[in-house]
Amino acid sequence: MTTDILATLVPAFPLFGAIVAASLRRSLKGNAAGILATLMIGLSFACSVVLFMDHQVVGALHAAGMHQEVPPEGGTHIVKLFDWIHVGSMDVPFAFQIDALSLTMMLIVTGIGSLIHLYSIGYMHDDERVATFFSQLNLFTFAMLLLVMGANYVMTFIGWEGVGLCSYLLIGFWYKTPAYNYAARKAFVMNRIGDLGFVLGLAWLFSVMGTLNYTEVMARAGSLSTETITGITLLLFVGAIGKSAQLPLFTWLPDAMAGPTPVSALIHAATMVTAGIFLIVRSSALFMFAPITQDVILWVGLITSLLTASIGVFQNDIKKVLAYSTVSQLGLMFVALGLGAYSAAMFHVTTHAFFKALLFLGAGSVIHALGGEQDIRKMGGLKGVTKVTYVTFLIGTLAIAGIPGFSGFFSKDAILMAAYQEHPLLYAATLGVSLLTVFYMFRLLFLTFFGTYRGKAHPHESPLVMTLPLMVLAVLSVVGGALNLPHLIGGHETMKHYLGTAADGISGEHLHLEASTEWILMGITVALIVLMIALAYNRFVKKTTLDPEADKLPFFQRLIARKWLLDELYAKLFERPYAWFSAHFESIGERKVMVPLMVGTGSTANRVGKLLRRLQSGNMSFYLFSMVVGLIALLAWTLYHV
Amino acid sequence: MNDVVTAIQAVPMEHYVVLSMILFSIGMAGVLFRRNTIIILMCLELMFNSVNLLLTAFSAHHSDPGGQVFVFFIMLVAAAEVTVGLAILVMMKRNVDSVDINQLSRLKG
Repeated sequence: MTTDILATLVPAFPLFGAIVAASLRRSLKGNAAGILATLMIGLSFACSVVLFMDHQVVGALHAAGMHQEVPPEGGTHIVKLFDWIHVGSMDVPFAFQIDALSLTMMLIVTGIGSLIHLYSIGYMHDDERVATFFSQLNLFTFAMLLLVMGANYVMTFIGWEGVGLCSYLLIGFWYKTPAYNYAARKAFVMNRIGDLGFVLGLAWLFSVMGTLNYTEVMARAGSLSTETITGITLLLFVGAIGKSAQLPLFTWLPDAMAGPTPVSALIHAATMVTAGIFLIVRSSALFMFAPITQDVILWVGLITSLLTASIGVFQNDIKKVLAYSTVSQLGLMFVALGLGAYSAAMFHVTTHAFFKALLFLGAGSVIHALGGEQDIRKMGGLKGVTKVTYVTFLIGTLAIAGIPGFSGFFSKDAILMAAYQEHPLLYAATLGVSLLTVFYMFRLLFLTFFGTYRGKAHPHESPLVMTLPLMVLAVLSVVGGALNLPHLIGGHETMKHYLGTAADGISGEHLHLEASTEWILMGITVALIVLMIALAYNRFVKKTTLDPEADKLPFFQRLIARKWLLDELYAKLFERPYAWFSAHFESIGERKVMVPLMVGTGSTANRVGKLLRRLQSGNMSFYLFSMVVGLIALLAWTLYHV
Repeated sequence: MNDVVTAIQAVPMEHYVVLSMILFSIGMAGVLFRRNTIIILMCLELMFNSVNLLLTAFSAHHSDPGGQVFVFFIMLVAAAEVTVGLAILVMMKRNVDSVDINQLSRLKG
């Protein structure tokens, strides 16, 4: 019973905050909206923690055989609020599923969410629409919680659309700049393509299963034919591609950096973009039976991560670098999913949420310090001025680079090991991605904080309300690896076992390498990472190499810097034909068919009216006469016919 | 009462019909061709009463009181109609200072 109330409260708090902040946006002055929103997420986080503790305790008691009311199926607790859709054979309850997976995601969403809300109080302090901002941020959290807590695909889909909407609203938050609106629209349209796949997948799934509840679908996953399950999982994966920004739909994410930096941190790094990974882990029982889909996921993830990591090397916008890094890391997670290493993917989701949120917030702090400057060529030497930001950013960079001891090391290592077990070449490819990551992240770090200051603004450290979340996230980025220490160094893979109670894919994982192989691979990885850092140090600290604008680079580099011309390719492939069709529909369909039809109808009515007007002569005798004639005619007609 | 009925039945039915038709036609002609509104109203009454006459005659010839009920009904409606008609007439006289029906042509299209 307590669980039910708590589980309802978790999404209820942000929803309440969103409604209050939106309806009182004119009267909430100063930081009021920010404090309200942060408080709501904080309360939501507290409820999640209590739920988590409760769940842990029940699980432990269950394992010890002491708990009488054992929740069914490995600690899965369904909180049904009411019957929602009940049509024919379709029965969709409005219900939450509380299990290890949703709890993990809830903790990430509300925990990191509350830190980012807190940070936003400082970051958005001077904005005139600050209450709107916080209401949208709260609404996003609500939608994201629906997504991860839903007990059926429909609930998840509602949350899925909700986060898409909030992402659109928040990318275009500064709507007075047209480019930002274009970015928002691009994100929305590209997400819709993915959503279409998702919906089709759901429809197919429903037609063969007759239900969309996770527990029932997963229990009967094995009963489907391979073709059906491959089709369904491919469609679901299309949805994941859109939301998690993978090839070919990833180009919206870098553009989404138009939004305020906390938005990038919350939505486009830590939470929303991991929804695709969540969806696949949630449906892992389906994906396990679809080896073809898994291969597709693997290749899409691998190519995406390689492509975008290479693009990241040539970006000069501090947020764009992080954006490409995010896409690349998401690609790595998909590689893990493709390999069936669901726990590694979820582990990386968690640690990535820590350090990427940290990096984005750090970038926001830098931008704040420089009064809106985002070009790293106009930064440098900030190490001495913004000390807290520097130290935390450094920690974040070390974590994403995978320096041993930091959280990123463990999660990335888990993926690399899974890749090696599949094929050494795959290991090499993922290692390449990691090394590129190291290079561009240290390029970013060195160009921003080292050397001498190259800009004109007067840098200053951000207020405590912004640096406090940085410090908390920095601590999490360091110790986050402890969540899932590998057996190799004496850990118990806690997270894997915990998540294994919720996702069949995780409990069915069988990744095992010889201890010596693991040590060697780890050694190679670390050695190359250190080499890469040295390379970056040599290039960007000793000499401070600044890349010119993209058009002045040599051919190959220019190709990469211009995003492998993907935007141009899409423009040629889709936008041009679309524009061509639109133009022709306009010139033929609209002007030659629709307009004459409409105008013709109107002018005919006019002409008939003009003719009929003459009847209204105003001559009373005539009216009387015509009335009599009419009556006689009617009478005659009646007599004749009856 | 029976005397009246017998008296009416003494005249052949055809005569009533012809008389009614003549009266009705005179009324209709007046409505159509006169311009004085008072005359038009009077002609309307003539038409009503020609019909009334016919109904009474039929009623008597068929020994069916239903026809007389109709007559009373028509007289009632005619009374109401005349009230409205005369009111219009008075207003017309006040507004355009004429009873010529063709003066009312301001709504000409």
